[in-house]
Amino acid sequence: MTPLVSVAGAAWSLPDADVDTDIIYPARFLLITEKQGLGRYAFHDRRGEGFALAPGQERAAPILIAGPNFGCGSSREHAPWALAGLGIRVIVAESFGEIFHSNCFKNGLLPIVLPADRVAALHDAARDGRSFQVDLRARTLTVEGQAPIAFPVPDERREALLNGWNEIARIRALHAHDIEHYEAGQRAAFPWLWQKEQADG
Amino acid sequence: MTHLAPPAGAPRTLYDKLWDAHAIAQGGDGQTLLYIDRHLLHEVSTPQSFAMLREDGLAVHRPATQLAVADHSVPTRHRDQPFADPMAAAQVALLERNCADFGIEYLALAGEGQGIVHVISPDQGFTLPGITLVCGDSHTSTHGAFGALAFGVGASECGIVMATQALWQERARRMRVTFTGALTPGVSAKDMALAFIGTVGAAGATGFAVEFAGDAVRALSMEGRMTLCNMVIEAGSRTGLVAPDDTTFAYLQGRPRAPHGPDWDAAVRYWRSLPSDADAVFDAEVTIAADAIAPQITYGTSPGQVMRVDGIVPDAGAAKALAYMGLEAGAPIDGLPIDHVFIGSCTNGRIEDLRAAAAIARNGQVAPGVRALVVPGSMAVKRQAEAERLDALFLAAGFEWRAPGCSLCVAMNDDRLPAGARCASTSNRNFEGRQGAGARTHLVSPAMAAAAALAGRIVDVRTLA
Repeated sequence: MTPLVSVAGAAWSLPDADVDTDIIYPARFLLITEKQGLGRYAFHDRRGEGFALAPGQERAAPILIAGPNFGCGSSREHAPWALAGLGIRVIVAESFGEIFHSNCFKNGLLPIVLPADRVAALHDAARDGRSFQVDLRARTLTVEGQAPIAFPVPDERREALLNGWNEIARIRALHAHDIEHYEAGQRAAFPWLWQKEQADG
Repeated sequence: MTHLAPPAGAPRTLYDKLWDAHAIAQGGDGQTLLYIDRHLLHEVSTPQSFAMLREDGLAVHRPATQLAVADHSVPTRHRDQPFADPMAAAQVALLERNCADFGIEYLALAGEGQGIVHVISPDQGFTLPGITLVCGDSHTSTHGAFGALAFGVGASECGIVMATQALWQERARRMRVTFTGALTPGVSAKDMALAFIGTVGAAGATGFAVEFAGDAVRALSMEGRMTLCNMVIEAGSRTGLVAPDDTTFAYLQGRPRAPHGPDWDAAVRYWRSLPSDADAVFDAEVTIAADAIAPQITYGTSPGQVMRVDGIVPDAGAAKALAYMGLEAGAPIDGLPIDHVFIGSCTNGRIEDLRAAAAIARNGQVAPGVRALVVPGSMAVKRQAEAERLDALFLAAGFEWRAPGCSLCVAMNDDRLPAGARCASTSNRNFEGRQGAGARTHLVSPAMAAAAALAGRIVDVRTLA
């Protein structure tokens, strides 16, 4: 996974509430079995009429200031892949769809939850074309010329982003024995969960 | 947002019992490494997961705990012919090849086991009380109807589960939703689900595991409980739950992948220990009077924009949604003309749903200008319906009778609506473009959908004789 330590640049403002993953990545493009190059489908059906976020624009921005419940709906990881394909690394919102929120961390994207009044001010700053700075080590977001805003992020997820950890390798390295121990106990206590393996010998 | 376990010895909820029984290790920041007992795979959310395994040269840790089926991109007719869409054909072929390469059981498209992933797993007894179950699909919450800890994950987490059988997760807060009293005629589990979402809002259960309780929930069949748990994601929650009881055990006994013999008896003894302790504490309590629920219908583009069919379209903050839907605030929704009807999906594609729709369909003909699809949730459901002659009944009434798949719930297959089409749909999402770019979706129960098909407009099913 691409590490994320700090991000600097402009921000998009997309204040609509309940922007679901069907809006971020329409279902008909789910037939694609890759995860690279999906930026061209991001917000596909919302484009036009001055819609800001689109691929290949002069003004790229690595930060998205979004509305409440951003990324609700489907679990499709194509949504964060498509946003990453647009060059977005940080998304700030009052709240997120839970599965989308989790999927972001698996792909080097940082979702930041802040109170509604803070997010409203950031929308203004984004529309004014101000530049933003996100420092994951310090857990701060700074709009140029303003005081840094602290944001919460769980330790384990912060470490994973800072280091670009491969989660499978990490679980295997640190917890293979725990998993084996758990399985031995479950096999004895709940043999019906192992009946297929028993039948297969 | 870290929610700690109840103190040792304190009363526990069903959710906490399931969580504690699967905790392998604790992380430094309140996360738990959870053991995952079962993983369901479909063609859309797993190509990139298998690619992760290939990149790192990894095997699937326990292939016996995995079960795969194609549902999202499959056509629902002409299944004896090659797919019209080569990308869909390639996606399904890739799932089949990945399963063969990694030793995972794949239920063939042409076989009797095929169907929507959330319908086939309970059908076959692969879903059991007391287990953890994940799938790369947000409607995995469906399986919580059995008292399983079931939640949707992304493609990366599918890969992590295949490689390790474990996932880092954060314990949710607990919400109990109690439906008091009994449903009235013409009102179903779908209306309970929509009424719940309308009560708490589209993000009202974010961060919560939702346990459904009360007399009206106890009275539901397993099919109804699945419909209820299916849609918790539409209120923001990943996990819906109903405590297992005799209804659960009667449904499961004798199903092919359920325990049998002495294992069955031992399993039932364990499952009876799972319901929330009487004095367990929930972080939030919601009470809904079941007897006050009218048939529900969505009017906007978020499932939280839902109303009684006998009400008037509200205008509170929904201007953009109403513009998309072509509706006016203050107008009744009863009588609104529709041109498409969809009966099916992981929400309402089970035998009981088809029976409820058929009970209405038998009284008339699909209205001129209306196209109405009935798509059974699985081959098993299709066969059962055909044994009950429901297929003949639907066909005689002017409905189309299709092969199992996600169909018009996701519109990434051959079934898509044109822009401007208005559909009464038993599916779970009324998002912009969900049934086709520019199409308008009204979520309703199977009986309401069938009634709309016959009338050619939205109609309160309770007013039909």
